[in-house]
Amino acid sequence: MFRAALRLSVSGARSLTRSRPQYTASVAARSYSHGKQETDEEFDARWVTYFNKPDIDAWELRKGMNTLIGYDLVPEPKILEAALRACRRLNDLASAIRILEAVKDKSGPHKEIYPYVLQELQPTLNELGIPTPEELGINKA
Amino acid sequence: MEMLHLTAGRVAGLLSRRGVAVFSTSGVKMASHGGVTEQTDMSVPLYCDRLDTPLPDRPYKDTLSAADKSLKQKEKGPWNSLSKEEKLALYRIMFNETYAEMKKPTGEWKTVLGGIFFFIGFTGLVVLWQRYYVYPPHPRTLDDEWQAMQVKRMLDMRVNPVEGFSAKWDYEKGQWK
Repeated sequence: MFRAALRLSVSGARSLTRSRPQYTASVAARSYSHGKQETDEEFDARWVTYFNKPDIDAWELRKGMNTLIGYDLVPEPKILEAALRACRRLNDLASAIRILEAVKDKSGPHKEIYPYVLQELQPTLNELGIPTPEELGINKA
Repeated sequence: MEMLHLTAGRVAGLLSRRGVAVFSTSGVKMASHGGVTEQTDMSVPLYCDRLDTPLPDRPYKDTLSAADKSLKQKEKGPWNSLSKEEKLALYRIMFNETYAEMKKPTGEWKTVLGGIFFFIGFTGLVVLWQRYYVYPPHPRTLDDEWQAMQVKRMLDMRVNPVEGFSAKWDYEKGQWK
């Protein structure tokens, strides 16, 4: 949902094609790039699977998070939940808090995204005992 | 190709303000001997505070005190049993600045603006000194007295009498039209 909102604000060919009519070919034939275009759901599923790897190591967690934050989107709560659980498996509370900070920063001027994400993640945060940056008082310099 | 000596200072200069802070040199000895400062070892993973890199290559503190080590052990258990201070301590072991601290305004603009005004002011002083010590003497043809005589001569000569200079002078009344 947030990805669509952000993508529409980015002047890229990808966002323009969202309003174009769907082709009925089995391989989605867009006229702006070659190959099949990954849907939002496929993107989310791929990242959830990445973080859900049971024996994920610390490097993979870092690499995954840094790459994900590098994209022009705010990750869906389900991806973040998988990432937080990966932090738990790696016994890394600090990184879990850092991930929440990064999400807030990624939202940029869209102030409604971060509270929504926290709301969606609340059960996971409570279960794992992850404090929000606000609870620790580190949201203000 | 000139080899790029990537000193910490040089890197800090190249990086822009947004999203980036200076690479921390914690854990790397900056001891100086014989007047030569040691350069950051770029062959090992470095820590950095960057908005676009939430999880740096290594923790901020890599030499842990006994208290830190026992806290790290406690981290392996349920996090609900950690107090707020412990959670904060774990964060600070791993990271240097929080996102809020990274994004804090620096007030650098005041230094920049102040520097600009200072140097403009200094330049003004240089120009002023120049006016009194460098410029040659004032030409006498620019004195009011000389200019008046010049205007009178131009009118007597009927310079541009149709549409220009002398056309604007009323010869009967002896004044400008």
